[in-house]
Amino acid sequence: MDNQIVFDQASFAPLEKKEKDLGTVYHYSLWKSIGKEIRSNPMAVFACAFLAVIIVACLLAPFSPYDPNKLDLASKFAPPSLQHPFGCDEFGRDYFTRALYGGRVSLTVGFAAMLVTVFIGTTIGIFSGYIGGKLDMLLMRFTDIFLALPSMLLMVVLNTFLKPSMTTLIAVLSLFSWASVARITRAETMSLKERDYVHASKNLGANSFVIAVKHILPNILGPVIVAASLGVASAILSESSLSFLGLGISIPNASWGSMLQGAQAHILDKPILAVYPGLLILLTVLSFNILGDVLRSALEPKIVK
Amino acid sequence: MVKYCLKKVAQVLIVMLLISFFSFAIIDLAPGDISSSYITEDMTAEEKAIIIEKLGLDKSMPEQYLAWLSEALKGNFGVSLSYKTPVMPMLTKRLPSTILLMGVSLLTSLTLSIPLGLIAGYKKNTWVDNAISGFAYFGMSIPSFYFGMLLIILFTAILHVLPSSGMHSVGVNTPLDTFQHMIMPVLTMALGSMASKVRYVRANTIGQLAEEYVLAAKAKGTSSVTILFRHVLKNTLLPIITIVGMNMASLVCGSFIIESLFGWPGIGSFAMEAIGKRDYPIIMAYIMLSGFILVMGNFVADILYSFADPRIKRGIDTANG
Amino acid sequence: MEPLVHINNLSVSYFTYAGEVQSVRGISFNIEKGKTTALVGESGCGKSVTSKSLLGLIEKPGVIKQGSEILYEGKNILEFTEKEWLHFRGKECSMIFQDALVSLNPTMMIGKQIMENLQNHNKDNLPTGEIRRKAKEMLDLVGIPDAEACLNKYPHELSGGMRQRVMIATALITNPKLLIADEPTTALDVTIQAQILELMKELQKKLGMAIIMITHDLGVVADMADEIVVMYAGKIVEKGSNEEIFYNPRHPYTWALMNSVPRLDLDSKQELVTIEGTIPDMIQPPKGCAFCSRCPYAMNICAQHMPQNTDLGDGHQVACWLTDPRADVSHVPFLTGGAVNV
Repeated sequence: MDNQIVFDQASFAPLEKKEKDLGTVYHYSLWKSIGKEIRSNPMAVFACAFLAVIIVACLLAPFSPYDPNKLDLASKFAPPSLQHPFGCDEFGRDYFTRALYGGRVSLTVGFAAMLVTVFIGTTIGIFSGYIGGKLDMLLMRFTDIFLALPSMLLMVVLNTFLKPSMTTLIAVLSLFSWASVARITRAETMSLKERDYVHASKNLGANSFVIAVKHILPNILGPVIVAASLGVASAILSESSLSFLGLGISIPNASWGSMLQGAQAHILDKPILAVYPGLLILLTVLSFNILGDVLRSALEPKIVK
Repeated sequence: MVKYCLKKVAQVLIVMLLISFFSFAIIDLAPGDISSSYITEDMTAEEKAIIIEKLGLDKSMPEQYLAWLSEALKGNFGVSLSYKTPVMPMLTKRLPSTILLMGVSLLTSLTLSIPLGLIAGYKKNTWVDNAISGFAYFGMSIPSFYFGMLLIILFTAILHVLPSSGMHSVGVNTPLDTFQHMIMPVLTMALGSMASKVRYVRANTIGQLAEEYVLAAKAKGTSSVTILFRHVLKNTLLPIITIVGMNMASLVCGSFIIESLFGWPGIGSFAMEAIGKRDYPIIMAYIMLSGFILVMGNFVADILYSFADPRIKRGIDTANG
Repeated sequence: MEPLVHINNLSVSYFTYAGEVQSVRGISFNIEKGKTTALVGESGCGKSVTSKSLLGLIEKPGVIKQGSEILYEGKNILEFTEKEWLHFRGKECSMIFQDALVSLNPTMMIGKQIMENLQNHNKDNLPTGEIRRKAKEMLDLVGIPDAEACLNKYPHELSGGMRQRVMIATALITNPKLLIADEPTTALDVTIQAQILELMKELQKKLGMAIIMITHDLGVVADMADEIVVMYAGKIVEKGSNEEIFYNPRHPYTWALMNSVPRLDLDSKQELVTIEGTIPDMIQPPKGCAFCSRCPYAMNICAQHMPQNTDLGDGHQVACWLTDPRADVSHVPFLTGGAVNV
């Protein structure tokens, strides 16, 4: 073995320059790791692409040549054709255009409810977790009770008696979903506030608000983003259920859920009417759910993949 | 242990009270006047006043609430506005068919989701797992009423094999007939709660398989199938009890929508009808009843869980002395 | 005497998303019958992976590389079928783990968990009652008071020391020829540690099994081991008998390990020596000696070429360029065992 090694005089001289052993260096950035995780998962790529298409299509809905609410009895129940890609409904309205406008409602409600939910939930969660003590106990009891309420049931009751509108829907949906977000953010805040860097900035004189916004919020962003993605999914689902029960947006405007309600009457003779809006709900919710899970595995490395 | 149970009971009572107050307040604040369904144009002002007093509408909301509460505690939920008969008998008459539907759905979802979740977790990241997880995603993302509609389209509109609505065919009252009527609502209801359970069991199985005691069992020469059933299964299933409790919510709310969709003669579709008619006493009674089922489900699950898991039981006992 | 186990050129790699982590890089050593062999090294040096390989417990993404050999009584266990493994694990070779609390199934009674091992290898078709009696005997043997009651307890109802005794009872109920103890006392209080070690020595005398002791605690090693294998970064840097390693250590890493142990017999003013730096990246292990970057006596050659094993007699082997006759060792404190400032 030794004869393969070329020795020279310097071989046994003490090693002069030692390269510093830095260990492994990890490059980590929130958005980079999200991007990487999405790209590495074909399902996630599909989900993102589908959501992009749906959102753009719904934004472009006003460019449709048809009025979504204009009756045209001549083309009642027209089958899918080049003029009417999804056909027409019982009042001869272009189903494709209605689906796009319905998507605007469903997506707006979903996103807005999610934003309100996350805002309320995160605020209460951080507040409760950071301040702690009696206030924390009180807020958490309150949260627990909200978690135990039969939310769908109360949503139905509330919507029955409130004036049906998009604002009502958003308010009602967020009212019953902030509690779980508050729980998550509180737990994260509790563990973060004992970290040294928070103590350090407190000792440097930062006030609680600054600490909460500058030091805690950015570090609980991961779970919040995950909750947001899953939150859009569940908001769209709940909205569709409420609209299906006739408690959503008011006629003649449509959301995907209320289109299904209309289709229910013709389910045995014109089943095709029920297929499109349902499929749109299914795929949209599915995409947000997949996205949520992918984000979770990107942002919460403790989860076993 | 007794202390723990008492604590839970107190919790149940508080939640029930809050639900009742909450729904009472909504109804009270709602536009429209309850008395309008009793008062007709030809009544004298005196007669109107009597009716309003009888309904308790001259009192403030908290007073009305307390009056309602004291009656409700005696089991009297008032008289329906549209049927003009006591509410409770109408609901109890319809309760069995709802319980039947919920029970069978729960059983179906449990018997299917546990083995599926276990297999998916055991065969993590193989095509079997992918198929099962994909199915769970599907179940999680599809609105239950839409799945029900798809079933109706397939089995009634296209294949003509299953009836789309009701519990019995006219004039027929055989178990087979009821069974046929039940298939679609049960499948619809089971699917939604299955998705979360499959995902839960899968994640739990994966977590348990990574535990060191599994390695230790392996080091004893226990085969992996035996490990799965003798060691992992119990530890995976214990938390399922809590999940079932939480699933009560989806069952109760699901029964609401699904009963309406399939015309199932239970309390859900009855309440849906009452909502259409703004029949407040029925709505209140329904909310209380389903709220009760739900909260009791959680309660029983909590208690069962603490009995089933030796660690929790001891933890509770030491915490409560 | 023929050794019980002969490990030959064992290499284990873990294929992670970051690349191939070479946990164990071609190690060879023997385990003698009825003797205690200690595997010593820092966390991550590959000692636990080595012990898992012995039981066939390396799981994906871990892979035992081609050319590795573990001969147990002359048979290469790496070629075992799953069925042969099931027979081997628990019966021929048992293992006790670091943390008994997580290594015992929390929802299964102690008795059942002990009996499981014997039931898996129940060649003589003993009835359950007999197996249970044996389990009780084992609990008596490992010194658990009221063994009968203990059989019906759950793991969380016992103290840490008692749980470790249960683990030992479980491992030894089948009377295995080899016992792997993976840091058996790390999770325990010092006084309990001593009791458990004493118990293991006693049981070894009674039952005659060989023990592989995996530890980073040199105190345990001095007390227990007959043979010592010092590992660093997936390689064996030095091995030999207990006396040789403690009284005549030749590898700078061994010195460093010994100097980082607090000793009562030395001047209290003498500072503990820490080992500077961290263990190297095992995805791209250095091409020379792995300890080179932390070694105070490193030479140019160390960074370029892997040192060969040098035999110092009596089975004492060391892999270090300082043993090369061409090396200038005038400033290297061989005789003082590396304690520089004595």
